[in-house]
Amino acid sequence: MAIEIVQPSVELSKIALSETHGEDSPYFAGWKAYDENPYHELHNPSGVIQMGLAENQVSFDLLEEYLESNLESSNWGQKVSGFRENALFQDYHGLVSFRKAMASFMEEVRGGKAKFNPERIVLTAGATAANELLTFILANPGDALLVPTPYYPGFDRDLRWRTGVQIVPIHCESSNNFQITPEALEAAYDHARSMNIKVKGVLITNPSNPLGATIQRKVLEEILDFVTRKNIHLVSDEIYSGSAFYADEFVSIAEVLESRNYKDSERCHIVYSLSKDLGLPGFRVGTVYSYNDQVVTTARRMSSFTLISSQTQFLLASMLSDKEFTRKYIKINRERLKKRYEMIINGLKKAGIECLKGNAGLFCWMNLSPYLEEPTIESELAIWKTIMHEVRLNISPGSSCHCSEPGWFRVCFANMSEETLEVALSRIHEFITTRKQ
Amino acid sequence: MDIALNTTHNFLSKIATNDGHGENSPYFDGWKAYDSDPYHHETNPSGVIQMGLAENQLCFDLIQEWIGNHPEASICTPQGGFDFKEIALFQDYHGLPEFRSAIANFMSRVRGSRVQFDPDRIVMSGGATGAHETLAFCLANRGEAFLVPTPYYPGFDRDLKWRTGVELIPVVCESSNNFKVTLGALEEAYDKAKESNIKVKGLLITNPSNPLGTFYDKETLKTLVDFINEKNIHLVCDEIYAGTVTRENEFVSIAEVLEEFPTICDHNLIHIVYSLSKDMGFPGFRVGIIYSFNDTVVNIARKMSSFGLVSTQTQHMVASMLSENDFVDNFIKESRNRLAHRHDMFTRELAQVGIGSLESNAGLFFWMDLRRFLKEPTFESEMTFWRTIISEIKLNVSPGSSFHCNEPGWFRVCFANMDDATVMVALERIKSFVHETRMLEIKTMAKIKTKKQCWQNNLQLKLSSRRLEDIMSPQYSPLNSPMLRAQN
Repeated sequence: MAIEIVQPSVELSKIALSETHGEDSPYFAGWKAYDENPYHELHNPSGVIQMGLAENQVSFDLLEEYLESNLESSNWGQKVSGFRENALFQDYHGLVSFRKAMASFMEEVRGGKAKFNPERIVLTAGATAANELLTFILANPGDALLVPTPYYPGFDRDLRWRTGVQIVPIHCESSNNFQITPEALEAAYDHARSMNIKVKGVLITNPSNPLGATIQRKVLEEILDFVTRKNIHLVSDEIYSGSAFYADEFVSIAEVLESRNYKDSERCHIVYSLSKDLGLPGFRVGTVYSYNDQVVTTARRMSSFTLISSQTQFLLASMLSDKEFTRKYIKINRERLKKRYEMIINGLKKAGIECLKGNAGLFCWMNLSPYLEEPTIESELAIWKTIMHEVRLNISPGSSCHCSEPGWFRVCFANMSEETLEVALSRIHEFITTRKQ
Repeated sequence: MDIALNTTHNFLSKIATNDGHGENSPYFDGWKAYDSDPYHHETNPSGVIQMGLAENQLCFDLIQEWIGNHPEASICTPQGGFDFKEIALFQDYHGLPEFRSAIANFMSRVRGSRVQFDPDRIVMSGGATGAHETLAFCLANRGEAFLVPTPYYPGFDRDLKWRTGVELIPVVCESSNNFKVTLGALEEAYDKAKESNIKVKGLLITNPSNPLGTFYDKETLKTLVDFINEKNIHLVCDEIYAGTVTRENEFVSIAEVLEEFPTICDHNLIHIVYSLSKDMGFPGFRVGIIYSFNDTVVNIARKMSSFGLVSTQTQHMVASMLSENDFVDNFIKESRNRLAHRHDMFTRELAQVGIGSLESNAGLFFWMDLRRFLKEPTFESEMTFWRTIISEIKLNVSPGSSFHCNEPGWFRVCFANMDDATVMVALERIKSFVHETRMLEIKTMAKIKTKKQCWQNNLQLKLSSRRLEDIMSPQYSPLNSPMLRAQN
């Protein structure tokens, strides 16, 4: 019996039909422009240079070198049982050796200034999943997390889309280098309350994306005091912790908690991933580290939806527990990122462009506000489009990061060769020079 | 002032503090029993044998051989190492194109190449677990429901409901017709939902079925498609066990139904869940797939896959392996043969001691009928007996109640997650138990007979002796089993 297919199409869910996936943001529009006309040194020297993707490509040689000399431990070799055991392993606790390796690596990144217990490591397929998972655990639909602006555009999707949780911004200003102040925290909290929204926590990214700067110890203490006073949670996304140019300039929330003897630590949770520090975004290695037992247990159960491939766990377990290797890697990676940063800052300075003083991350926070027609988002987007289509650079406009002041842009520098960076800088130089005339 | 944070009301979300994770089900109690006393033929020969975990361990030799011959499939070898950087950086949620092609190719071959799959409709997820949750997020709102035929995989209670807030409404299936899904049962479930003011958004079937080990015939599939089309609701087909079908050409995938009868329904309603965890035996690699005939769903599910992408290292290896047709065809064939052999050995041996099971031709398990061993036809009896099985027979099998079976006495027994030697041990244990039970019954019957002489009810004696005959016959042929006869 043939049935006519002339019916109203069946509904999908509200979540499916909403725009909270965020892909209509200019953050992604630039990526599309790049995809359609990607720069290549030889084949497409006038193409768009991708400076909107926070990837770390500066230290791959170190990883490749390690793998070459450690084939046995990263590969299954010819052992039958090796492959089989690995392929069957689906325990959401994760490979013990890998959890230990992650804990060890996180300690190394913090120069041993904080200790991590492998039992508190919960594995997820990337920080994307870790942030969403924590949100499901800490807040109910309609509740809010306070997030300092400017922030990573992906949070709009990760924290809100399927969870139904809201983001209430903590406004930060250029006048004090976008640092988080107690007043801004209180204002955000009060604003949420005035809209009858229940605040469940504060989520910070330290070092910050997109600012490219570490959060000072004093500010961390203030944030911790604030969340304790309000009896809410604190999530610290430390995904760029290994990308701080000077090891001693990064202070992890873990260190602050340790110095307080872990008092009130049950409200604290750290998110980490290997996508930035190690440059392995494809492998989907994320983690939730919580000081709260119930959160650890629940997060572990939820990780069933987003486990890390056991093949990948196995590969990285030996690499990350090799202290000699990780120390060397972390040190060299920091130096190379610092060098890149200095290169771009100086290059921009020569073109008359100032940036926020940064000390971490894979990007710099560039100030083009002097070049805007008007101090508005529209002007910001206008100059952004020009930069995309005429200068052919994909950079991320501050408005897509919810920056309260127009004119700031995030510019990534670690996802290309030095030569390409030179090309980008010369294009910017030319653009600004022309504009000034 | 120290606030006792963990007990502060509402400090964590409702989702975090409810039972939606499903781990309090007896399904997991058995696993805990196993974990605390796991069988090992040398170090713990009296431990619990795990028969509650549906894993496929029968063909690793074939895979290992392939791996050994293809060092380029790994990014950690000299031959594959030059791909390392590119693979490690690739985080596009479309997935490696070669991965999608390989999966489409594999899915097709598992179905005897009777149908082709479009690589552009392949969406990744964190295992089938992630796939189900993602589809629930896409197709239903909080409070809305999916119909699911019972008995069903206990994990669905978590996967479809926990974080989504979606409900599951059982479509009750009965042993009297081999647990087949009937139109009547579907209508009844749908109406029940309506009465409770719950909006039904879809029907979820697992084909081949877990825990039954049976697959749907074409007519039934067409009936289901007519039903969902008429109600304008989605049909999600979990075909995770498609490659475990032992009667090669009899399995019909929903994709084949759509191909053969293209106008049977709105294709936008049809979605397939797949994974490599069962057919290939790769649960650790988390290769889940959503295949939807609905463009919007493909698009949205792909965006959601950001929360559960497959590691590119794994995509790369799988792409190499599953695009090699000789290997794939041989693997599928061998796997089927070995599963059939295992399945037949178990059911035959058990039938010999009077234990029957639902006739099946798929899955990594069979649906064992232990109704006669229950003191009473109640779920309490089932649980009591199950505890006996774990503590005395030392086997972890899964009680039917954890699968929401409407009738007590059924148990799911997994057989593909152990070596041949362990199979023999498991069978021995079951046979001993049955033998002991027989002996006990004979003794008991004898006692009753002497105690209650002539004034004993004749009918009662006849019933007792018939029962003894049932279980005592050594020449018991599975084909003559009243159990199987009654079911067919």
